[in-house]
Amino acid sequence: MLDTIKLAILGVVAVGAAIVANYAHDLAFQVHALIFMLVAAGLFIRTLRHFGEARPEPAGYEDGLIRWGVILSTFWGVVGFLVGVFIAFQLAYPALNFEWAQPYLNFGRLRPLHTSAVIFAFGGTALITTSFYVVQRTSAARLWNVPLAKFVFWGYQLFIVLAATGYLLGATQSKEYAEPEWYVDLWLTIVWVAYLAVFIGTLVKRKEPHIYVANWFYLAFIVTIAMLHLGNNVAIPVSLLGSKSVIAWAGVQDALIQWWYGHNAVGFFLTAGFLGMMYYFVPKQAERPVYSYKLSIVHFWALIFLYIWAGPHHLHYTALPDWAQTLGMVFSVILWMPSWGGMINGLMTLSGAWDKLRTDPIIRMMVTAVAFYGMSTFEGPMMSIKAVNSLSHYTDWTIGHVHSGALGWVAMISFGALYFLTPRLWKRERLYSTRLVAWHFWLAMIGIVLYAASMWVTGIMEGLMWREVDQNGFLVNAFIDTVIAKHPMYVVRALGGTMFLVGALIMAWNLWKTVTSVEEKKSATPAEVPAE
Amino acid sequence: METYETLRHFADTWVLLAMFLFFLGVVLWVLRPGSSEAYEDVAAIPLRNDDAPLEDEGPAVAGAMRRAGAPTEEVRK
Repeated sequence: MLDTIKLAILGVVAVGAAIVANYAHDLAFQVHALIFMLVAAGLFIRTLRHFGEARPEPAGYEDGLIRWGVILSTFWGVVGFLVGVFIAFQLAYPALNFEWAQPYLNFGRLRPLHTSAVIFAFGGTALITTSFYVVQRTSAARLWNVPLAKFVFWGYQLFIVLAATGYLLGATQSKEYAEPEWYVDLWLTIVWVAYLAVFIGTLVKRKEPHIYVANWFYLAFIVTIAMLHLGNNVAIPVSLLGSKSVIAWAGVQDALIQWWYGHNAVGFFLTAGFLGMMYYFVPKQAERPVYSYKLSIVHFWALIFLYIWAGPHHLHYTALPDWAQTLGMVFSVILWMPSWGGMINGLMTLSGAWDKLRTDPIIRMMVTAVAFYGMSTFEGPMMSIKAVNSLSHYTDWTIGHVHSGALGWVAMISFGALYFLTPRLWKRERLYSTRLVAWHFWLAMIGIVLYAASMWVTGIMEGLMWREVDQNGFLVNAFIDTVIAKHPMYVVRALGGTMFLVGALIMAWNLWKTVTSVEEKKSATPAEVPAE
Repeated sequence: METYETLRHFADTWVLLAMFLFFLGVVLWVLRPGSSEAYEDVAAIPLRNDDAPLEDEGPAVAGAMRRAGAPTEEVRK
């Protein structure tokens, strides 16, 4: 019966998408309708082939989906870094905006592709993957409603494909981190509600009486992203057969809602979610419980209460009322406290096991991630102070800050989790090569340093050049003067990015070899080992 | 505008106070007597149940068993 309903729905979607594609007003919408058609048709055939087959629910944890998650996180990571490196070279050498590839591969269209690929494709897939792994282990329960979990995972991948192809074909709302157009937003909403249901469903059937703190952070990430996504995407489509939509808010209200969204995408997607990762994988890799569970609870509530107010610091010296700017600044500065509380908690988890830093490059990666979390959450509040912001805003310093957080914290903790997960999920004895992990670590590390340092230099330099006036009060520098002055630093930045990309490629190779050529772990069933 | 003013006034007085008190309550709750032992058990959650879910004995039973000193998977290792 269920299969019949599925077939009917998929058939209607496939035919409907084909009709929509035929009448579509623009190329992006047409391509997306065709993608929907192909996916629905493919699933239709698949359902038909397996029609009426009994699917017994296996016992144990659901790890198949998580294995896909590890593969796709790695894949999206490499893709996102590659696009990043390419646009970094485009900035240094504008000739790379090839004439033959206009307008599809110019900087303006590739930049959102890069940000979304690293944040939503790489980071988002890593978050969904690890959250499914962590919630099962810390609840001692199998994932609730595995078919729905599969829908969440693959539905999210479809969202990524729609977003990415949309940018290249010119469909964008032009809102930072919220570029996908209205129908892609609606699709993500459906996926996200299902995600929340799967996560809470698993928590409800947990066998551990307490909900471990990592799950609190993951839950905060899921709930808040839902709220932000709905708030920032209230848009009215110009036509139901076209990708263009108009946002309901206007002017400074739109700007404030955008940066309430934008900063909390940082706060709850790139921070709370990955803190969930930290609170599980750092104790696992260090083989000891988190330093202070009390601190972790205070960390959670302080972070949740404060982050949501910090957004206005993106709008200093704009049309936003002064009091709102000051509010954003004050809350950003206060945020320093929970952030560092969390950092201390992560780092001190290693107390008594610091020697592992010498021998275990994975724990080194995680500790570096936590250290970068501390550094960028110090830099951020500092930059949100209005006096500092008057120098740093609109300059490359901001880009450097984002990347020390994104590369140093988000990517490093994800790499650590991927290295942790791969041998366990494929039941391998060990990783293929620890030496290669060390290579990855140092390449990534030096890459980040080159990136952040060059952006500090060019950011402060251009900030100073913009405000430089002669004795008559005229501006000394034209915009092009700053562009010329920045060129060497742009080359350094692109090289740093290249090193980071090479590190990720080494990781992909290492994980691949772990699965294909490391001997299987001998299954020692714990029950056979005598107690005590 | 009337509604906006009312809501905003409500938000930056009573709601602000409520959130602050909630946070204070959380801190006090965390520091309650006996919390250290409870959190010691809880903090070890990631270190157990690695390979398979717990059987259908319900959360209360699992917790009670552990408190009574029943060997968990980790202890057995």
